Amino acid sequence: MTTPAPAATAAVAAKRGLGAAFIFKKALISALVALVLFSLMIGVRTEAGPEGQLIYWTRFGDLGAMVATVFFGSIAIELLRQWWGPIETVRVIPPRVTSSLALARRAIAPILLIFTFLVPVIFYDQRYILDLGILVLTYVMLGWGLNVVVGLAGLLDLGYVAFYAVGAYSYALLATNFDLSFWVCLPLAGILAAFWGVLLGFPVLRLRGDYLAIVTLAFGEIIRLVIINWQSLTGGPNGISGIPRPSLFGIPLSNTDDGLAALLGIEYSPTHRIVFLFYLILALALLTNWVTIRLRRLPIGRAWEALREDEVACRALGINTTTTKLTAFATGAMFGGFAGAFFATRQGFISPESFTFQESALVLAIVVLGGMGSQLGVALAALAMIGGFELFRGLDQYRMLVFGVAMVLLMIWRPRGLIGHRAPTVFLEHSQTISSDLVKEGR
Amino acid sequence: MADNHILAVDNLSMRFGGIVAVNELSFAAQRGKITALIGPNGAGKTTVFNCITGFYKPTSGTIRLTHDDGKSFQLQRLNDFRISKIAKVARTFQNIRLFPGMTALENLMVAQHNALMRASGLTFLGLIGAPSWRKAENSAIELSRFWLKQIGLLERADDAAGNLPYGDQRRLEIARAMCTEPALLCLDEPAAGLNARESASLSELLLSIRADRGTSILLIEHDMSVVMEISDHIVVLDYGVKIADAAPQAIRDDPKVIAAYLGVEDDEVDAVEQELGL
Repeated sequence: MTTPAPAATAAVAAKRGLGAAFIFKKALISALVALVLFSLMIGVRTEAGPEGQLIYWTRFGDLGAMVATVFFGSIAIELLRQWWGPIETVRVIPPRVTSSLALARRAIAPILLIFTFLVPVIFYDQRYILDLGILVLTYVMLGWGLNVVVGLAGLLDLGYVAFYAVGAYSYALLATNFDLSFWVCLPLAGILAAFWGVLLGFPVLRLRGDYLAIVTLAFGEIIRLVIINWQSLTGGPNGISGIPRPSLFGIPLSNTDDGLAALLGIEYSPTHRIVFLFYLILALALLTNWVTIRLRRLPIGRAWEALREDEVACRALGINTTTTKLTAFATGAMFGGFAGAFFATRQGFISPESFTFQESALVLAIVVLGGMGSQLGVALAALAMIGGFELFRGLDQYRMLVFGVAMVLLMIWRPRGLIGHRAPTVFLEHSQTISSDLVKEGR
Repeated sequence: MADNHILAVDNLSMRFGGIVAVNELSFAAQRGKITALIGPNGAGKTTVFNCITGFYKPTSGTIRLTHDDGKSFQLQRLNDFRISKIAKVARTFQNIRLFPGMTALENLMVAQHNALMRASGLTFLGLIGAPSWRKAENSAIELSRFWLKQIGLLERADDAAGNLPYGDQRRLEIARAMCTEPALLCLDEPAAGLNARESASLSELLLSIRADRGTSILLIEHDMSVVMEISDHIVVLDYGVKIADAAPQAIRDDPKVIAAYLGVEDDEVDAVEQELGL
């Protein structure tokens, strides 16, 4: 037992030899593909000459460097992979690190929350940070709202921005035409968005997966096009301006005699409003979170998750899948509507340009990246997507590239999102998380 | 005796295009008894099940379900989820359909959806955490605990259903169906894929459901040891037609049933051919 049998050694050696040949072959193929891809993109540089004619010159040195990088990079990656072993084996992280990671994971939510509360105190003078914080929180709220539809009920909704738009235009139109205050309009915006959610829900009840995604995408575009073309009501592409700012229960945050600053006897500063908006969106986002967590533990939330897992079984258990889906759409849309109303009051000006498909895709990316159904995951993903994107601003033209690479790496390492496991809603003895392999993603 | 039928299927036919899956089938299931529906592969057993539980709409015929209190339902007129919600018919599936990403306990809680929805005041009372809702939730958990104990899965209540062994998943699916408090429990091949020991414990479970809860059971099964041991009454189907309808012992000796399952001897074929003048 001291030395392995000679046959086994030979087999290992043969495998090694095969491994080297395999790695070499793979690297060669990668290099070839890179050569074909980059030969025109990098090998030849074209530009318009001074008289408009085409001038070009070759850059074979750069091309060669690129292909060599791919070749050696492929070898390095393959060697790393062999060293690490197959993806399933957990050899890299020792158990002690795992347990401390679990502890850190439990602490991360409260720490994040406390930090968020303190942001306006710490960064009071930095308008940029405060604005970014408001933006991140808006997307956290949108992500949490969409999470109800996509993460819990498993209905792929690509037109979420429509409800954001409905909420924003509801507030803008009600406030500018009827002088209603923000606090009256906020619930109205939510109700109207929920109504449109139900309206969208009805025709798509029988659709699942790709088909549902396409119809919801179209719905998002329809709302945007209606807003653009209904000039008399929405102002068309010019948008709506002069949307009233929110007040603190009737006390305006302005530099007037009846403003908050004057009442408190302190010097007026525009930052007051920013801080107020920050806490306002924080409260709205936390409300969304609280309601969602509550709903998950109620029969309706369990029915949403059951619907994601198996719709046929739901029907056999006497669950009305129609109303269950509609409530999911309505609840998600309502939170989108709240976020929209906040967006309108923060900007003071809205136009259809703010409600393009890109917004839907961004919010969906946040939900998917965060781990579908995970509240903390969505918050972290929103922070990474919106805040991280700002972080890369210094990289100028490479910003999108870095961002793309980061996304690809995340999808390789964490295909089910940052937080991929599911926490049970009820337990007898002890709550243990459920591995993402078992949880369905919805179709 | 007609009063004592929980389920009366009358002239039920189901056609898929030109194919007649079930043809003019009539049978009845007695209250508080176990009725088995057997037959060779493709005999139309699951089609009958799907008609009873509302997954198919029968081409013609009636299916009448009568509750203990005399309330009667025409099942062919109710659509899918209402059959479980109003008529109280629960079913399991041939290929297990649990919610794999939810725990065993959550699976049983989902089954009590309609009762809990009422208790939570259509979510609103539950959202504010009203005491009546808390009480209802606790009693739902107790009911789940009772059934987990019955199927011997109390230890694994907090494990994901998808992680349970196959036999446990089968039993959990039955427990989930029972959590809807059904009047009639329809089981589609509950013993499929179980070993001898698991089949025996399944028989025990079904007998205890009948004895303790008085629930009527209708089951499709291929495992004859289970069928013969627990059924009070057996209906045999072949090519969508009923060929026998009797107590287990009589079915065992019925030449038509033996012929459907095992075929007939060559000389018998000759005798029939002579009779028909072929």
